[in-house]
Amino acid sequence: MARLAILPAFNEAGSVGRVIEEIRAFDPGFDILVVDDGSTDGTAAEAELAGARVVRLPYNLGIGAAVQTGYQYARNNGFEIAVQIDGDGQHDPQDLEQLLAPLARGEVDMVIGSRFCGERHYRPPLARLIGIRLLSAVVSVIVRRRMTDPTSGFRAVNRKGIVLFAGNYPHDYPEAEANVLVARHRLRLVEVPVTMRMRETGRSSITAVRSLYYMIKVSLALFVSVFRRYPALEDR
Amino acid sequence: MTPVRVSIFAAIAAILLLALIFELIRSRRLQERYALMWLATGLVILFFSLWRAALGRLADLVGIAYPPSALFVVASLFILIVLLHYSTVISELSERNLTLAQRLALLEQQLRETSASQRGDTTP
Repeated sequence: MARLAILPAFNEAGSVGRVIEEIRAFDPGFDILVVDDGSTDGTAAEAELAGARVVRLPYNLGIGAAVQTGYQYARNNGFEIAVQIDGDGQHDPQDLEQLLAPLARGEVDMVIGSRFCGERHYRPPLARLIGIRLLSAVVSVIVRRRMTDPTSGFRAVNRKGIVLFAGNYPHDYPEAEANVLVARHRLRLVEVPVTMRMRETGRSSITAVRSLYYMIKVSLALFVSVFRRYPALEDR
Repeated sequence: MTPVRVSIFAAIAAILLLALIFELIRSRRLQERYALMWLATGLVILFFSLWRAALGRLADLVGIAYPPSALFVVASLFILIVLLHYSTVISELSERNLTLAQRLALLEQQLRETSASQRGDTTP
């Protein structure tokens, strides 16, 4: 079964090569696609050097559009499984096994790596923890299933999920909305525990100033999503 | 009743606005489809500045004591609608812009891969 690892990367030249190697080490059967979201450092060159395929966006489109480009690649090239891993090294490819297991058993259509279910090692700053808790509560109500980490960008989907995300993926700060999108399209989703590593290089894209905008924007999007119609999926 | 000077001033402003819109269309700097709502705005202001009794009636109807204020309200409403319309236009444009960038990037990747394999290269 053709499997693709999608690595969205924006100025991650310092870490992207290592993430690629780690995925290789975990499972050489993965095709690895780096979506370079308009980086100004050598991200694309580093990724190519490490043997990944690279799609270079002409300018910075934001994480949502970068990830979606990866899913479009997966859809256009007939992949059955796609995994989304951050190019900055905060997701541990060791966790891929847990992430892929429920998909392999055909139980669900999307698996989300959660930093909060199961044993907890990750302790975010209080403000972020409150934000995540609030979002979890809202998302849990909408998807009618307990979600502990709706902002996680570490996920795996099957062909249905690939087709859905390729055609329709939220824009900036997309993770929480993506969960709702999946649930509203009646695809099945589940969380599995993963460990979170400290960032190797670069900084989180979520700064204190943007946090408020983040919460308001995502809340609005989640609220509207309840009143939206979702057309049936078509795999072309 | 609206003071005559207010009516004259509003009429001149509306005519200038209409002339400017016309010139922008003529010189192809403004597409007709985006000019329509501005034209409507200019015409409505012109209409109420010339037909002063109608403005008085409208002010009466919605409970505005000073008729020129009604002119102001009507103009503001139209401008609000125009702006909202433009927000939808911008949203649609940025959506298309995004799709184009994605298609371009995927095509470029495919092109590089194809030409690499034609050269007999094994690296992607």
